[in-house]
Amino acid sequence: MTAFHRRAAAVGLALLPLALFAASAWAQTTPAAPAAPAAPPKLDTGDTAWMLASTALVLMMTVPGLALFYGGMVRKKNVLAMCMQVFATCCLVTVLWMIVAYPLAFSEGGKFFGPLDKLFLSGIGFDKGHSLAPTIPETVYMTFQMTFAIITPALIVGAFADRMKFSALLWFMGLWLILVYAPVAHSVWGGGFLGAAGVLDFAGGTVVHINAGVAGLVCALVLGPRKGYKTELFAPHNLVYSVIGASLLWVGWFGFNAGSATAANANAGMAMAVTQIATGAAALSWMFIEWAARGKPSVLGIISGAVAGLVAITPASGFVAPGGALIIGIIAGAVCYWGAVWLKNKCGYDDALDAFGVHALGGIAGALLTGVFAVEAIGKTPGALEGNWGQVGIQGYGVACVIVYDAIMTFIILKVVQAIVGLRVSPDVEIEGLDLALHGERVE
Amino acid sequence: MKMIMAVIKPHKLDEVREALTGLGVQGLTVSEVRGFGRQKGHTEIYRGAEYKVNFLPKIKIEVAVADSMADRVADALRKAATTGQIGDGKIFIFDLEKAVRVRTGELNDDAL
Repeated sequence: MTAFHRRAAAVGLALLPLALFAASAWAQTTPAAPAAPAAPPKLDTGDTAWMLASTALVLMMTVPGLALFYGGMVRKKNVLAMCMQVFATCCLVTVLWMIVAYPLAFSEGGKFFGPLDKLFLSGIGFDKGHSLAPTIPETVYMTFQMTFAIITPALIVGAFADRMKFSALLWFMGLWLILVYAPVAHSVWGGGFLGAAGVLDFAGGTVVHINAGVAGLVCALVLGPRKGYKTELFAPHNLVYSVIGASLLWVGWFGFNAGSATAANANAGMAMAVTQIATGAAALSWMFIEWAARGKPSVLGIISGAVAGLVAITPASGFVAPGGALIIGIIAGAVCYWGAVWLKNKCGYDDALDAFGVHALGGIAGALLTGVFAVEAIGKTPGALEGNWGQVGIQGYGVACVIVYDAIMTFIILKVVQAIVGLRVSPDVEIEGLDLALHGERVE
Repeated sequence: MKMIMAVIKPHKLDEVREALTGLGVQGLTVSEVRGFGRQKGHTEIYRGAEYKVNFLPKIKIEVAVADSMADRVADALRKAATTGQIGDGKIFIFDLEKAVRVRTGELNDDAL
């Protein structure tokens, strides 16, 4: 390491005690929040306005955000196929959510699935709220949750990029939404057993990111590596797209995290603040580590670090203070760098765009650290730093349940889809590129 | 007549064009090419995956000149394309048998 690299690493380390101090200072000086009055079952225009905006922001994360982020990272011959996979997933989930997945995930009652009393959204509140978001119309809450259900399976696409059949993709996404996403969302958020056990997941570290990342790893293992993996040049074809995509994800994430307060209130404000802080910290963390280890701070590195920070702060965003967010960001940048750069190469699986390395590992780090840095004055639940060490265990229980269920179900779904239509394109199609072979179009 | 073919660094193209037109060269052809010489390639790293890129982008220039001008053109080209760094490129000179102007049918030196 050169002197400069040592200095860069030292700056990162020097930030740690500062952040620890900031975390404890917040906990000591914030007066306890007054007991919340029972929420009146009346719609609030301010809350509704913010949730309408949040819903649009979260949709923007997938189209065009994720499509561009992923599209820039693949080879030119597969960029349209990548955009198509993300876009089609968005459309398919929209329809399935309306028909069956929303009641499965968010109808009241049931430990794993909600009862099917709102099929085709029959009986959904027009001028009344859902019990989980009583101050906004249920139509808005349903659509807001739909955008989460859209981005979660779309994230998996990164793992099997460049090699899955389009028909297989549609089958897989439909089955995965209904059999994995809906029950996990119900278990954590919809009144199911993980939420009842006290698992904290403000905006979807477990439901969205661990869920998508682990499914991605299973897909990468079952489908096998891309043809030419580790022997041919797989450089991203246009990282400017990826920078635009990552930036749209960042901006959209304010809807994701601050919107998860389901109200325009103090929790939303704090969620926004900690989201920004963790993201900046994680981006710098990845950049300095890469700079020290590889000699150059890369564009792909800093945007990957930013996404890692966004992922890790997601479960924590309604529960932690700015100091905790700073540390969560720094740790997330390091953990995801390790996952995408070292772990993947060591184990040899071809998680093409690091759905597992960034989303699962960032999600796990965020879920566990939520248990460490939770502040009672903010989210009503104290974390380990306030003496409640048990919360870390509860977080670990939630993570483990989702990983096991998700991995097994994803594997079964893949095998079923393989039996119906097959999973992989032929080697010739893979060489020619999916754009021309599957969609009859190309980018010049 | 001589055909002068040179492979140079892309950012030196404008200087080469100015130097050659200054000598009275009436036209030249340029292509974007890739190749390697002593400069070899470079390494790109994306999330830890290292790729050796063996062929670097270069500019190929082809210019046909009268025998009397060939040495002066080659010399001016060399001076304009030099950075002093490895990878500045090469100049190749061939005998040129015949030249025809498409529009008029003029031949050889008259066609240049």
